[in-house]
Amino acid sequence: MDRRQFFITSATVAAGVIPNNNLKADNARKESKEFVGVLVDTTRCIGCRSCEVACSAAWGNFVPDIETDNALEKIRDTSDKQYTVVNRFNTEKGEVFVKRQCMHCWQAACVAMCLVNAMFKTKEGPVTWNGDKCLGCRFCMVACPFDIPKAEYLSWNPRIMKCHMCYERLQEGKRPACVEACPTDTLMFGQKRELMEIARHRVYSHPDKYVHQIYGEHEVGGTGWLYLSAVPFEQIGFRVDLGTTPYPEYTKNFLVSVPLVLFGVPAFLLGLSELTDRKKEVRESEGWTNE
Amino acid sequence: MNNAAVVTGEFNRVVRFAWQELKPRGKWLTPFNVISIPIILIGLVILYFRFVYGIGFVTNLNQYYPLGIWIGFDVVTGVALAGGAYVITFVVYVMRMDKYHSIVRVTVLNGLLAYVFYAGALTLDLGRPWHIVNPIIGNSFGYNSVLFLVSWHFLLYMLTMALEFSPVVAEWAQLEKARKFLAGLTLGAVIFGITLSILHQSGLGALFLMAKPKIHPLWYSEFIPIMFFVSSVYAGLSMIIFEGTISHKVFKDLLGGQDHHRYEEIVLGLGKGAAITMFVYYFFQALIFVHEQRWQLITDAWGYWYLFEIIGLVLVPCFMFAYAVRNRNLGIIKVASVLALLGIILNRLNVTVIAYRWYDIDKYYPSWQEIVVTLMVVSIEIWVFRWIVTRMPVLSKE
Repeated sequence: MDRRQFFITSATVAAGVIPNNNLKADNARKESKEFVGVLVDTTRCIGCRSCEVACSAAWGNFVPDIETDNALEKIRDTSDKQYTVVNRFNTEKGEVFVKRQCMHCWQAACVAMCLVNAMFKTKEGPVTWNGDKCLGCRFCMVACPFDIPKAEYLSWNPRIMKCHMCYERLQEGKRPACVEACPTDTLMFGQKRELMEIARHRVYSHPDKYVHQIYGEHEVGGTGWLYLSAVPFEQIGFRVDLGTTPYPEYTKNFLVSVPLVLFGVPAFLLGLSELTDRKKEVRESEGWTNE
Repeated sequence: MNNAAVVTGEFNRVVRFAWQELKPRGKWLTPFNVISIPIILIGLVILYFRFVYGIGFVTNLNQYYPLGIWIGFDVVTGVALAGGAYVITFVVYVMRMDKYHSIVRVTVLNGLLAYVFYAGALTLDLGRPWHIVNPIIGNSFGYNSVLFLVSWHFLLYMLTMALEFSPVVAEWAQLEKARKFLAGLTLGAVIFGITLSILHQSGLGALFLMAKPKIHPLWYSEFIPIMFFVSSVYAGLSMIIFEGTISHKVFKDLLGGQDHHRYEEIVLGLGKGAAITMFVYYFFQALIFVHEQRWQLITDAWGYWYLFEIIGLVLVPCFMFAYAVRNRNLGIIKVASVLALLGIILNRLNVTVIAYRWYDIDKYYPSWQEIVVTLMVVSIEIWVFRWIVTRMPVLSKE
């Protein structure tokens, strides 16, 4: 092929390929849907625990008696009976109330760990659990950096209990039950990109009020739920040592090496066995005795 | 027609033969039976409560310790100790070192039973064990999951080992044609089995890669899978030595005309293998120690615990093996193998249970029910092993 021919050919190929590429990109853009999430502004929370009640009522879980149970006296965790709890922390800036539930990670450890896709990252963003698939191995609980999935240990047919961001309500076009119930606009539901803009706007316009960090922007590769705070996050019960690497990345190297081993090792062993066999043949043909 | 009659006749013969063989032999009030029968009975009662009232009813598991000794010891440790099967089949069928041929059958049987019972103990720990087929058949495959890979490899490796052991069963049932056919598949099965073993021995370690913030940094590194694989080699070798010692006492009369000198040579060879792999393992641990700058971590109780494991139960038995092989001292080899096994048990329990959430005040410790069920699993395995060994040509070839 001479140079002239080469240019003609490449130009033709390029002309054929480029519009096609654009077309594909357009399609991808149309199909792509943004993950939803919730922004929690802890400076606005008054600790009324309406979200706890609304959540449990919506999903048939234990409804706490918020008038009399004095639950804020101690730090609680979500449990196999409640998807979400509100805790009170005494900080350098006074009492701060923090809601806790599944963070709905962008690349969730529990989803990557699950061998039957029972833990599932829906295309809308919520991480859901499917009881028809789950084996109950509880490795999602091992993997989750926030210790969110909870098992019903005292049941013959245990469920894994965790917030699913009211996935069924989202399907009906409603907002999560806790967001609906919040009287102070602490919780704001929307697409993460919009929520990030709002969160940044609040931090920039009130630089004295907030710490300059949005928890969930980068943590464990980004989460669906975002938190704003007036005090450093370690003071209000967040782990700040989790890093920004998405958790599935930790097993990626291992998984990549699997096909290499799966095909490389048998080939090597077959060859090796063939070699060891030949040696014996040679020895025998040359009349050497074994041993 | 005639053929069919022959096949039915043969089938009837095998069934009658198997029925005969099922009956117990010899005295049954042996010390082992006296201890193990109550354990098994109590274990079955505990399992009844476990399946009716839930796992939490009989175990100390909680929301922060989802895995107890049923996983940490039965499955993770049990599988490591069963590593001998793939090591020995590699040595005999791939490297063709005939010296070890006489221990292949018993080692593969041990491996097979270990997987059936210890990996089988997994079903006791599953919340919804009736969904266990989901990763195998159906449409719910978690391709990106290490656990998915491990579960498939458990299944395939059990089948592979059954295939490796099947000639013995055929020989026992006097099915000569089947034996020849099955024996022809051995090399393929061995190579497949070694590959699967490499992957799931390391895969068991890879399960804990995502528990990074929960495992003490002395036990967590990105190389857990490789460490699990390397240590399974010497775990398997030590287990063969350990089991061989017991078998030689208990099943003395079954061994028949086996030459004691040859057995000694085998144990020395295994000890040598264990010494070398343990040193490689230790060296790797030392590299990780330096690379991750762990000096500041070894000044507290966890650090001493780590040094106890790595020096006391890896380096010391490693040198004991080397010394014993040099001086042809079988006694020291046996002690070293016990130390090495303790080191493996400790390492696996450290990763899965002990150094898991080391920062907690309320640590998990196993309930007595968990321990009884574990002992039950081990007891039943020994029962089945004994049944097979006293009937099939496992320890000595006829």
